[in-house]
This record gives sequence, C-alpha cells and structure tokens, in this order.
Amino acid sequence: MARQPLLIGCGAGFSGDRPDAPEAVVATLSARGGPACLMLETLAERTLALAQLRRREDPQAGYEPLLDRLVGPVLAECLGNGIRIVSNFGAANPTAAARRIDEIARIEGFTNPRIAVVTGDDLSGPAHHALLAERLGEARHPVSANAYLGAEPIAAAWDAGAEIIVTGRVADPSLAVGPAMAHYGWSASDWDRLGRATMAGHLLECGAQVTGGYFADPGYKDVPDIANVGFPIAEVSQDGDCIIGKADRTGGCVTLATVKEQLLYEVHDPAAYLTPDVTADITQAQVTQAGTDLVALTGVRGHERPATLKVTAFYEGGWLAEGGISYAGPGAEARARLAAEILAKRLPELKLRIDLIGVTSLFADDAGRLLAAKVPSDARDVRLRVAARHDQKEAAERLAQEVTALYTCGPAGGGGVRTAIRPRLSTASCFVPREAVKAGFEWVD
Amino acid sequence: MAARTVPLRELAHGRTGDKGNRSNISVIARREEYWPLLVAQVTEEAVAGIFAHRRPSKVARYLLPNLQAMNFVLDDVLDGGVNDSLNLDSHGKSLAFLVLDLPVQVPEDLETPTGGDP
Repeated sequence: MARQPLLIGCGAGFSGDRPDAPEAVVATLSARGGPACLMLETLAERTLALAQLRRREDPQAGYEPLLDRLVGPVLAECLGNGIRIVSNFGAANPTAAARRIDEIARIEGFTNPRIAVVTGDDLSGPAHHALLAERLGEARHPVSANAYLGAEPIAAAWDAGAEIIVTGRVADPSLAVGPAMAHYGWSASDWDRLGRATMAGHLLECGAQVTGGYFADPGYKDVPDIANVGFPIAEVSQDGDCIIGKADRTGGCVTLATVKEQLLYEVHDPAAYLTPDVTADITQAQVTQAGTDLVALTGVRGHERPATLKVTAFYEGGWLAEGGISYAGPGAEARARLAAEILAKRLPELKLRIDLIGVTSLFADDAGRLLAAKVPSDARDVRLRVAARHDQKEAAERLAQEVTALYTCGPAGGGGVRTAIRPRLSTASCFVPREAVKAGFEWVD
Repeated sequence: MAARTVPLRELAHGRTGDKGNRSNISVIARREEYWPLLVAQVTEEAVAGIFAHRRPSKVARYLLPNLQAMNFVLDDVLDGGVNDSLNLDSHGKSLAFLVLDLPVQVPEDLETPTGGDP
C-alpha cells in the first residue's frame, strides 16, 4: 500500500545556527499534517571533540549547549502533532541530552515520551584502543574518536516507535535517510532509493544553505527578506526523490541556483558521494522548478555502500595565538608592514602567519607566498593580523604580549589591539571494518 | 567575432566546501548558453593557475552537464584544513570568489547580468 509522503524539515544546519529557526519549520509541518519529522544537524567534526572536552569537566555535559533553546519552544507541538525529532545534538553525551529532553517534556505535561538514543559511534574507550592504535598510531591518546554511523540504527528506532531520536556521530544525510528508510520500509541494500534520500538529506543538512542562506551576492544573486530566511522542508517520495521547499511565512528562496549550489557542497567525485549508507551518484541528477520556492531533485542513483566506516579522532594540538592591530590614513599599509617586521624580529621562535586585512588575507597562504608576491600599495585602512601555533602555552602567549606592546613600541597610530589564545585540536581519520562498530539504539526513561 | 573579457562571476555562481585539506568549488552557469564558454575556459589548468600560491597537489574538474555545473576538487590547498590552518578562513569558504574572479572571453554581443568589463 502506498504510504503518505514523508515531510522532513531541517531546523538547524550546525551548532551555532539560529535557535529560533525550528519554530517556523514545525508550524509548517503541523499545518500540512501527515507524517513528518524535524531534523536538527548540530555536529560539525570539531564540535564533537569540543563536546568531549566539556564532558570530561562535567559528566552531565557534552551535548549541544543550545539544546534547550532549540527544542524547548517546539517540543510540545512536535509530541502533540506526531512530528518526530531526529538529531545528532547528543554529541559526546547523547544519553544526557535525552534525559534533558525527557525533563523538558515532563514540564510540558508529556509524561512518557519515547526517546531513543543511538549508540555505538564513540570509539574512545579501551575496547577500541587496539583497533585505532593499529590505524592511527599508539603515540597519542585521542580526545575523541567516533565512527560515522549510518541510517540503520535511526530507522530501527523509528520503527520501534521513537518520537525523539538522539544520536552522536552519524553521517549528516543519514538523519534524513533513517526516517525515510523506516517510513517506506526500504531495505538497507535498496541503493537507488538510499542514494536519492541521501541527496535529499544532503540538501537539508546545512539548513538555510539551500533556501537562500549563504547565497546572496548583491546585484548578482539577490535573496528576498534574507534577514528572515526560512529553513528547508523536503517532501521525500516513496522512491526517494524529493521536492525541496521551505517553512511558510519566511524569507529566502528555493531556486534552481540555490539547490545546485547546495547539491555540490562538500561533494568530491559526483559519481561517488560516500556515506555509511550508500555510494550516491549525482552525475545524472536533474533539478526542476516545481512551483514557487519548490524545486524537485530527480535522477540520483545509488551504488553499493563502502565496506568500511570512517572514524575521525581528535588530539590535543598545542595552542593557537592570534593578535591584530589596525592602521588608517596615509601610510597605513607601510606602517602595518613595519609592525609585521617588528613582530617577526621579536618572535623568532614562532612561525608567524601574517595577514594585511584590507590588502590581502583570506586568499593568502600560511607560508606567505601570496603576500610576498604582492607589490606594496597605499591601502589606507589596514589591519595587521598575526597567528601562530606552539606546543607550549607560554610561547603562544608571547605573541599576544608582543602585539599588545605595539601600542607603545610599534609604528605610529596603531589602534584596536585584540589578542586571543586558544587550545587547538588536531585530527586524524581512518577506516574500520563495519563489524568493529556495534551500532544500535536504546531507550531512555 | 569581437570578444570582450568579463569576470567569471558574470557568467556563473558557486560555493566552496571543505573536507580536511581538500577544497571543492562549484561553478554553475547562470544561463544555459554560458555553459560551453565555461567548459572551454574554466579548465583545470586555469584554476590550478589561480591557486598556484597554495601549491595544489591535484586539481580535478568534474562536469555535470544536466546541471550546467562543474565541480573543482583541489587537494592540499587548505594549509592542513580547518584544524591546522592559521588562515582566518580556515575552511577556505571564501575561495569560490577567487575562482569567480577568473577572466573569461565572451562574444561582444553576449548578454550578461551587468554587461560590464572587470
């Protein structure tokens, strides 16, 4: 029997996204009726390592810090209207996140919400030490090590009736593939359907990046009411094809151009977009305007999934020091360049990255090749930025001290010193056999 | 036929993504008729040239004619990537606009959004 189409709305595209975004998405899903879920993607690679560090300090922490603000305003409406929530906001502590949601639900008068936690991604414990040491080396102990899980444990939890599914590390598109797989009863080897749903999830996973966010270029690509950009909602069909739209009564736009940009975002070989679920192939993909702010994606294919799972580990990586000072008016660029020379002489122990903001910065390189090739100009509003890393905090702090001292010891007229010292994390990835990772789900009550 | 030079931004739009030390940059034709110009001129060599200072170990171009889009994948151009680079923009998110500044030769009478020379 044909199932009613599944609507998947995305209310967050990274940790730090607008916490009020889910409200318009959930209001729209409620108004449309029918099977629906709210997807919240809040777990970039580094976000998880930072969460693991917070959990070390406090065993009840380590999940998305904005959890209350993201979920609190919409939880009652979701539970009341059968809109399920699927999110990786569990980060380094999905169980604690699930308990917190349970508390919020009880305050809202829901006494027994069915909350599932996806398990198995965290490989930082002793059980996986040998597995990772073999692939990443023995020398250092990681801050975090997580396998990218796929859609299957999410689909299993959905099938079992979970209203809220909390995960740690899963591949971002799997947050959409899991619900679609369970809703339509696809097998885990239905490659074409999984491939299509994967690209639907891929279009959703960065939130407003498909609805006019991160798109505007005045005069070239204008976006209506961008300050109120709406977050996306995909209608995923029985075959996995999707129509991307957005929340009602919001700004932004869904056009062929916004969808194409996001379709290719973070894609390498378009014939082989690899996830734990499938090898998706967009070489024959087509996008068509299906109405105002509605774009259909068709023609995606899928091939067998990779044999291994990707694991990303993070390590303590010394310290990052940054400092900046600004110069304006006649000779500003020459004064900023002189300040950079002073710092290089005063800090021979650090390998400095030098930027002249307003002259050359973002496009340049750490080795300074682009800056060296740049003929000095007469830029009149220039900010010198320097950055360096060092294993020792004291050495990193020297950079901050020397930038600050430019106030009295540097070139004339420097202002606006800002400095920062931060711990760094370094990363390494490897691939492990699927059998080495025990993915599943458990209930939290 | 007489030709003029326009920045790629007149003909195309794009976005950068990153994974580790690898950057991908999409270049998408604003109109179907621009697509052949992009295929002919926005080549691996042209893009490798504007990234020379970042020493790419490999530049690959993938064509998606259905979408009138191409995807450039540049290896080892992010100074180690988001966790290692000292760049303010450690993801390299701004890099699409480095590519969109590439000069492209177009027929004198080709209609473009602003029609101006760079």
